[in-house]
Amino acid sequence: MEKTQRLTMVEAIHLGLQEEMKRDKNVLILGQDVGVNGGVFRVTKGLQEEFGKDRVVDTPLSESAIVGASIGLALYGKRPVCEIQFSGFIYYGYTQLQSHAAKIRSRTFGAQQVPMVLRSPYGAGIKALEHHSESTEMIYTHIPGLVVVIPSGPRKARALIKSAIRSNDPVIFLEPSSIYRAFREDIPTEEELYPIGKAEIVRSGSQITIVSYGAMLYQTKKVIEKGVREKGWDPEVIDLLTISPMDTETVIESVKKTKRCVIIHEAHRTGGVAAELIARINEFAFLSLEAPVERVTGWDTPVPFYARENAFLPDAISIERAIEKIIQF
Amino acid sequence: MRKTLQEFSIDILSIVNPEGIEDTKLLPKIPPQELLKAYRWMLLTRRLEEQALRYQRQGRIGTFAPSIGQEAAAIGSALCLTSEDWFLPSFRETGIALTRGLSIKNYFLYIMGFEDSNKELKNTHDLAISIPVGSQCVHVAGIGWGLKLDQKKAAAMVYFGDGATSEGDFHEGLNFCGALNLPCVFFCQNNQWAISTPFKNQTASQTIAQKAIAYGVKGIQVDGNDFFSVYVATQEALNKARKGEGPTLIEAVTFRQSLHTTADDPSVYRTKNLEEEWKKKDPILRFKKFLEKEKLWDSQKEDALEQTLKEEIRKGYEEAENFRNSNPDPLTFFDTVYETMPPYLQWQKECAQKNIAGRNVIKGALEKPRGSGGAAAVGELEEAQD
Repeated sequence: MEKTQRLTMVEAIHLGLQEEMKRDKNVLILGQDVGVNGGVFRVTKGLQEEFGKDRVVDTPLSESAIVGASIGLALYGKRPVCEIQFSGFIYYGYTQLQSHAAKIRSRTFGAQQVPMVLRSPYGAGIKALEHHSESTEMIYTHIPGLVVVIPSGPRKARALIKSAIRSNDPVIFLEPSSIYRAFREDIPTEEELYPIGKAEIVRSGSQITIVSYGAMLYQTKKVIEKGVREKGWDPEVIDLLTISPMDTETVIESVKKTKRCVIIHEAHRTGGVAAELIARINEFAFLSLEAPVERVTGWDTPVPFYARENAFLPDAISIERAIEKIIQF
Repeated sequence: MRKTLQEFSIDILSIVNPEGIEDTKLLPKIPPQELLKAYRWMLLTRRLEEQALRYQRQGRIGTFAPSIGQEAAAIGSALCLTSEDWFLPSFRETGIALTRGLSIKNYFLYIMGFEDSNKELKNTHDLAISIPVGSQCVHVAGIGWGLKLDQKKAAAMVYFGDGATSEGDFHEGLNFCGALNLPCVFFCQNNQWAISTPFKNQTASQTIAQKAIAYGVKGIQVDGNDFFSVYVATQEALNKARKGEGPTLIEAVTFRQSLHTTADDPSVYRTKNLEEEWKKKDPILRFKKFLEKEKLWDSQKEDALEQTLKEEIRKGYEEAENFRNSNPDPLTFFDTVYETMPPYLQWQKECAQKNIAGRNVIKGALEKPRGSGGAAAVGELEEAQD
C-alpha cells in the first residue's frame, strides 16, 4: 500500500459511500435522519451538504416505504442505498424484501433486477434499548435472492460497501454497531473493492479452523492472539464477510486441512450461520474431521435488556473454552 | 357533472392560553383538589426526567426518551382514564405511566436495563412500552374489540407521536377501528420532531387530526400544552368510545423540549431560538399561572412540593440501585421465552451458567460500552484514538 489513512468503521463506510456517489450520479442515499443529522451513528455525516438534498434524502418515518421506494428506484435505474436506523426496525419493510426485492430477478427470468443496498446497524454490546441489539442476519440469509454482507473492520467495510453498491443484486449490508468506532485500520487512499461472496483467511494455520464474522470476529481475534502467544495455538481464522451466498469452498478447504472447526457468532443458535456451515462441512468434509464441529453462539432467547446482555453474548471465556476443547479433542 | 360531494373540517381546541387566561365558556369544571393532583403529576414527571438526564450523563443509567415539555398532553389525557380503561404506550409516556401506578423504582430499573420493571404490569390494563414506532396502533384494535365483545363500558387509548403517523400500522389501526366501530382513542402527541425530522417534512398534511377523515373517524386538534384542552377533548373521546360510538383521533400539538433520546443531539438540526420560543409556551408554567390566578397555588406550596418530589425521586432511584447491587440473577432471560422451557433451551441455560460461574456479568451503566460504538450522539462517543 502506497498511501493510507487510519479510519474507524464509521469513517470507512462514509468514505466508501462518498466515493461511490462521486463515481456514479445514480447512487443516492435515503432513510430517516440520514441528511441533516448525518445518521444517528453519523455514517452519512456531511454527505447531504456535499451531494445535495436530492441525493441524500431525509424520508418520513416509514420503513416499508423506504425499502419499497428503494426497490422502485432500483427498477427505474437508480442505485439506492437506504438506511434503516436499527436492524430491529427492518421488519416493517420485510414484505418488500421477501416478496419483491429477492424475487424480481427470478420472476422475470432476469429481465429486471433490483440493484439496491439496505444498510443497517445491528448487534448487541452497546447498552441500547430494546429491539436495538438483535442479530437477525439469518432471516435474510434464508431468502434466496438476497445478498447478506457483514464487515468486521474498517478496511473491508469500505471495500464491501463499494462492491455492494455496484452489485446488481439486492444487498443487506449489516454493520456491527459495537465495533463502529472500536478500532482503526489502515485504509488505502486509492480505490479498493472486495468481492462479494468471498471469505477471507485472516490467519493461516494448521491446527484448527475458526470461522466468525462481524463484531464476534473482533472478540475472537483477541482470544486467538492470546492463545497463539501463551498456548502455542496455530489456528486458521476465516472471516466470512458475506453471509449469503456463503463462501463454502474457503471453509471446506480449510477444514479439510485442519480437520477441526469452531464457529462463533452472536446470532441465535438455532438456524444460525454455524448450523448452516456445520451442515455444509457434513456434506463436503465429514470424512476429514477428527473432532465434532463446535459452535459458540448467542442463546435461543430474545436479547435481554442491556443489564444482562453480557450473559447472552459469546465472550472471551466461552470462545477460548470452545477452541481449547476442540483442539484437545 | 362535477360538484362537491362532501366537505370536511377539523376543529382546534384551546382553552387556557400561555398567560394562564382561560376561555370561560369552555373551561371544564374540575374540583381544585383534582387540579392540584394534576399539577403534582406534571411536576413529578418533569423533575423525574430532569434527574434521570443528570443520572444518565453521570453514567448511572442507560438511554431513555424524555418527555419534557409534553406534560400537559400526558397528564391531561391520563387523568381521563380509569383503571378499567386500557393504556397502550409508545416510549415517551412517563407521566401517563406514573399516574397508572408505575413506581419511580421501576421507572429507573427499566432505564438501567432490567426487564424486571415490567413484572408490575401483571393484572393491569397497561401494556409494556412499544419501541417499534407506531406498532401499538394495531394492538389497540384488538383490545378495543375485546372490550366491545364483552360489552364493557370502557375504552382503550393508544399513544404515539407525529412520526408514527407515517407508518402503515397507524393507518391500518385507525381504519380497522373505524370499520369495526371499536371503543378506541388514538392519542397523538405531535411534538413536532421525529429525531431530526420536523413535522413539515413528515407529511404534506396540514394537521394529523385530518388523517382521521379518510377513515370515517372523528379527528380533533388540541393545544397540547394546555392541560384543559387536552382534558376536555380526551373526556369527550373516551365517553364516546365507552358509549359504543366509535373511535376518535386526538392530535395534541406540543413540543419536545429535550432530546429524542439521551443519544441524540438536537443542536445539529434545530435552533436554540425555536427551543426558547416553545419554552415560553411551557405546559407546566402555564398551568401554574392558572392555579396562581385562581389562588390555588403559591410559592410556599411550590417549595414544599419541590422538596417532597426531590425526596421521592431520590428514594426511588436508591431502591433501583439497591436492586442492581443485590446480585440479581443474570440468566432470567431464559425463563420466560416460552410458558414451559424446552429441553434444548434448558441445556443452553446450563451452559450459560457454567460459562458465567464465579463472574459478575450484570452490566452496570458505569462501565463504558464495549467498543464505544453504542451511543448515537457524537458527544457521547469515545473515538478509537489509535
